[in-house]
Amino acid sequence: MELTLWTYEGPPHVGAMRVANSMDGLHYVLHAPQGDTYADLLFTMIERNQKRPPVTYTTFQARDLGSDTAELFKTSAREAYERFQPDALLVGASCTAELIQDDPGGLAKAIGLPVPVVPVELPAYQRKENWGAAETLYQLVRAFAGPHAPAPGTPREPRDPSRRARCNLLGPSSLGFRNRDDVQEVTKLLDRLGVDVHVVAPLAARPGDLARLGEADFNIVLYPEIGDIAARWLERTFKQPTVRTVPIGVGATCDFIKEVAELAGVDPKPALDDAESRLPWYSRSVDSTYLTGKRVFIFGDATHAVAAARIAAEEFAFEVVGIGTYSREFAREVRAAAETYGVDALITDDYLEVEERVEQLQPELVLGTQMERHIAKRHGIPCAVISAPIHVQDFPARYSPQMGFEGANVIFDTFVHPLVMGLEEHLLGMFREDFEFHDAAGPSHLGGHARVPDSAPIIVPSTVNEAEPAGTEPAEADVLAWAPDAETELQRIPFFVRGKARRNTERFAQDNGVAMITVETLYDAKAHFGR
Amino acid sequence: MNDLSTTPGPSIELGCGDAPVLRERGQREVFCGLTGIIWLHRKIQDAFFLVVGSRTCAHLIQSAAGVMIFAEPRFATAIIGERDLAGLADANDELDKVVNKLLARRPDIKLLFLVGSCPSEVIKLDLSRAAQRLSKDHSPDVRVLSYSGSGIETTFTQGEDACLASLVPELPALPDGERSLMVVGALADVVEDQFRRMFSELGIDSVHFLPPQSADTMPPVGPGTSYLLAQPFLADTARALEGRGATRLPAPFPLGVEGTTAWLKAAADAWGVSETKFEDVTSRPRARAAAALDRYRETLAERRVFFFPDSQLEVPIARFLNRELGMELVEVGTPYLHKQHMADELALLPADTMLSEGQHVENQLDRCREASPDLVVCGLGLANPLESEGMTTKWAIELVFSPIHGYEQAADLAELFARPMVRRTRLAV
Repeated sequence: MELTLWTYEGPPHVGAMRVANSMDGLHYVLHAPQGDTYADLLFTMIERNQKRPPVTYTTFQARDLGSDTAELFKTSAREAYERFQPDALLVGASCTAELIQDDPGGLAKAIGLPVPVVPVELPAYQRKENWGAAETLYQLVRAFAGPHAPAPGTPREPRDPSRRARCNLLGPSSLGFRNRDDVQEVTKLLDRLGVDVHVVAPLAARPGDLARLGEADFNIVLYPEIGDIAARWLERTFKQPTVRTVPIGVGATCDFIKEVAELAGVDPKPALDDAESRLPWYSRSVDSTYLTGKRVFIFGDATHAVAAARIAAEEFAFEVVGIGTYSREFAREVRAAAETYGVDALITDDYLEVEERVEQLQPELVLGTQMERHIAKRHGIPCAVISAPIHVQDFPARYSPQMGFEGANVIFDTFVHPLVMGLEEHLLGMFREDFEFHDAAGPSHLGGHARVPDSAPIIVPSTVNEAEPAGTEPAEADVLAWAPDAETELQRIPFFVRGKARRNTERFAQDNGVAMITVETLYDAKAHFGR
Repeated sequence: MNDLSTTPGPSIELGCGDAPVLRERGQREVFCGLTGIIWLHRKIQDAFFLVVGSRTCAHLIQSAAGVMIFAEPRFATAIIGERDLAGLADANDELDKVVNKLLARRPDIKLLFLVGSCPSEVIKLDLSRAAQRLSKDHSPDVRVLSYSGSGIETTFTQGEDACLASLVPELPALPDGERSLMVVGALADVVEDQFRRMFSELGIDSVHFLPPQSADTMPPVGPGTSYLLAQPFLADTARALEGRGATRLPAPFPLGVEGTTAWLKAAADAWGVSETKFEDVTSRPRARAAAALDRYRETLAERRVFFFPDSQLEVPIARFLNRELGMELVEVGTPYLHKQHMADELALLPADTMLSEGQHVENQLDRCREASPDLVVCGLGLANPLESEGMTTKWAIELVFSPIHGYEQAADLAELFARPMVRRTRLAV
């Protein structure tokens, strides 16, 4: 048993729902108790879908358990087929139905529907949402592309040079972070290279499209969390090479273009010289000088976290002080990235641990999920959302991809927006005693007064020592006292570095056995740590 | 298995209040009882709700709450893993470990609810025994109780019913010979204060609310207790209170001016409050509320409303919309119709009201499209799809999360229905 307050991922059958909702002509019959229909609102409310997800729930109740839940499943499957007339049926169980072991796959086959039935078994007590989506996509790909597979050992025919190279895009899905716009952006980019997109899966694919996957020359995994298992099977079965570079950020987009150009035998230059790529100049322009060395903490799914770290380090000249992911399946990739920045990777799905890390590190910017947005808000730290889990505001009305050069433009704005603008930061430093620039004012482009004052109590229960009985003296850090003049001096430091200054000073005082922090201690610490 | 068959052959029968009730079975587009934790944990401020369930349960609560992230919520899920499924002895050990860890970190918890879920019930994890065991271990600092919020046992607001019913055996005894009024059902604090003032003006001084605002102010109960239900979904709680000698004061529910007046009157009559006194105390707020309602009548009168089942609040709210705002009732769907508690409400509904209980969501959607109502009251899963089909909708969950009871909130309740109608007339895109 695992104590969970908030969860980054839903159960695996929600992953299967995301795949079903991504596709057309597929209907998912889910053996599930009353209440599991809550998941519909993820699609209708968060993603603002205009249609209900293509899911029929059996909605069994306690009184059905004594009778025949299997019959209930068959009735539901039959009715769903008759009403929705899908090209294919996906069948499976949610966590509770897994326990009653009705075998939805066998039952659905037994009723002899005139369309293919694909069963998915998703162990709900071991796995989570992204894995569920990946496994579902894999089962669907196997079921529909499998019959078209060449005999094992057959070498792949070289492409007829008279036609353009074509590729599949694997992984984009419903409820994915900006996946809709990423597909559009990457398709545009590939077209500029002279490469056609053959099938996108699962987003907007029909079951019949999956049958054509083997016809492409290669696969591009845009989102490994969901597309990688299927890509590996296609690689083995159809001998299709796979592009695994995810084109998020200018550097990664250039790498991606070169990798695709190599596979497709085309010239990468036209795609590399994109006049619309503005991030490099925006980063070089002098207003961005203030971004230098900003301490950033990154947490999200593996793909977006690793991409954000590279962008932060190479394209903003930030200092990556921490990186982590809740995607345990991709922990290795995140650990490897962490090593390049000389930090420890945080692999966890416990948001209290993430909060604790943020509190320790006192970063100047947090790049995370909606969970980290809330953590950062409580600590008065600027934050931008870079990854699922997401909320309704992460489905903006405007075109806002993350991938390709336009995606990098969007990311530039996203990372910079929560920070104080360069010139403003400079003025704040110069005129910090001025009434208009006093520190309670906050960044003027964000409404000015939104910032949580330092004096507000910040509740961080995770720091309470578990072994410590209730009602004893507060932890050691609280014993450190600030002399009034040191406290006043601290208030003179601009708010966006004050948290760091306080933390550094207290650490310095502790390390040097100083019990009362004076103005001297403050400046000693400043000299010790540098800016 | 014909009774499970989800299509046709709807069984029409005469319900109480002479209204026919269509009973259906099929896919239910409703929340399970765990959802009640979202408002219950705000209400009882030193209680903690620990769901013993799966990742689905944890995901449900945070999705239904709309990702409202508090610093550290007073609810959590002990997620059952593979190992717990292997043996129940281990599952109990694991549960003890989780609870010990939780209580060590949250010394502020005085009352802990172990909340059963679909998986915990299917594997027959006995949470009432676990609660007894843990209560003994952590006595006297923490009381541990249990109830089921599972989808196989409860629909949405029935979770509150199960929670309150689990509190009843814990309530102190009302001393013999004393008389007391108990208001049952979670209300917004502001509403609770309004009612408390009104009862006091009526001269009813010994008034208690269940649930209380903290674990150490549990209301007393005994044969001298008369109770008023503030919410229509409290069947088990009512039965448990009666088991302790309390008597229900039958009344409509305090929604709208008429409902609130009749509800207060039930208590006033039981306490022998004179007509003049009752008139004195209620006439001003009644007039004020009626005037405030006038503003919405133009928008809502003669408009046709269709209710999908959600919270069991459908019948009293339909009565309010029909009688005080002149709306026509196309269909009033409710997850469960408690004939006895609903008797005074049903008596006020038009005789030909189409009532439905349970749900077959596809059939009900067919009926809704066919009837093409002016306003559809439904859950979050259906609202946007229906809007995109051109219907005007009101999400039902707001009716549970907003203060809607009593005189001062009557117009707010009307506004919740008027807003989507007004919005549709204003939008030019």
